[in-house]
Amino acid sequence: MTGSDAPSRLLIEIAGLGVALNCEDEEFARLVAGAYSSFLALPGTPAACEFAVHIAPPRGTDPDEDVRVSLADGKWQIRRGDFEAEFDPRARQGWVRHTANPYSVDTVLRIVHTLLAADAGGFLVHAAGAILNGRGLILAGASGAGKTTMCRLAPPDAVLLSDEICYVTRHGEEYLVHGTPFAGELGIPGVKVSAPAAALYLLARGNQHRLVPLKPAEAARQLLRCILFFAEDAELAGKVFNSACEFVRRTPVYRLEFQPEPGVWELLK
Amino acid sequence: MSELYVARHPAAAWRRLEDEVIVMAAQESWLFTLNEVAAEIWEAADGRTPLASIVRDRICEKFEVDFEQAYRDAEELLRALAERGIVLLSETPLEAGTP
Repeated sequence: MTGSDAPSRLLIEIAGLGVALNCEDEEFARLVAGAYSSFLALPGTPAACEFAVHIAPPRGTDPDEDVRVSLADGKWQIRRGDFEAEFDPRARQGWVRHTANPYSVDTVLRIVHTLLAADAGGFLVHAAGAILNGRGLILAGASGAGKTTMCRLAPPDAVLLSDEICYVTRHGEEYLVHGTPFAGELGIPGVKVSAPAAALYLLARGNQHRLVPLKPAEAARQLLRCILFFAEDAELAGKVFNSACEFVRRTPVYRLEFQPEPGVWELLK
Repeated sequence: MSELYVARHPAAAWRRLEDEVIVMAAQESWLFTLNEVAAEIWEAADGRTPLASIVRDRICEKFEVDFEQAYRDAEELLRALAERGIVLLSETPLEAGTP
């Protein structure tokens, strides 16, 4: 098993950030390692944070409870019907308690990365992503907007980063878009590569293929609707708001009106 | 007509992006886009400058509009924003950061 120092320790690296999962159950660790095989870190990669993973039913949660993320005594409390977790952002340590379901881990990873990204000027966005001619393209939209369709229509020389969630990180004046293992309708994890973010396209079905440049305020509004954000915390919400505003100041944003046929990619070259 | 003072709510996150301002009411994450005229009023809303002065000094000359009409429009807008909790209105000056 790669990405681990022990059979039950996994280091899952997304957007250059390794999250270590110290699983008490080796069989579950193997299951998770299989699901994230292309995102396991190379040996020696430092961990950005460590989680102890316990296989046990969450305590005192309603099985139908929706996800809740709140800050108490400086620690993030994360709960859903099938898991509970805690993350101390200062110590960069936490724990997860859940049934033996890899989807619980998937949700915890998504949430933890939204917290890590927000502190560093980045964000996770509901978007398909691709690298075409060395340019990172972000194709954002809610469910049904056409993310998976755009991936199916992509030309063979496009590297698909994800059909569901892309990760945007800030590096000085530049933004990088990264693939993630978080799969959408294609059910295929993305790839662990990144490229400078060249443009953001907000997907909209139309009668023709057309690019409409958006003014920054409208672009920020639309982008904010697509950013993954779970926390009930005004300070963190403010950070995400600022990140979105900074991103649209530095990156061209368009509404991409399209019909589902391959010619739409000609507009993106 | 009594004076009216307006202040941005301290919990509202906002940014000027070119000629517009985008505002987020942090509690509910509502988003508002303010056009060029509304953005001028928003930036001047320090709680200490009377609305009449803001309209006269920052709106009427720049946008070549009549004071009475501009004031009515501004007051209507601000009362709507106050209902959403992103500005504070008072007939007396407001301290900066007053919730």
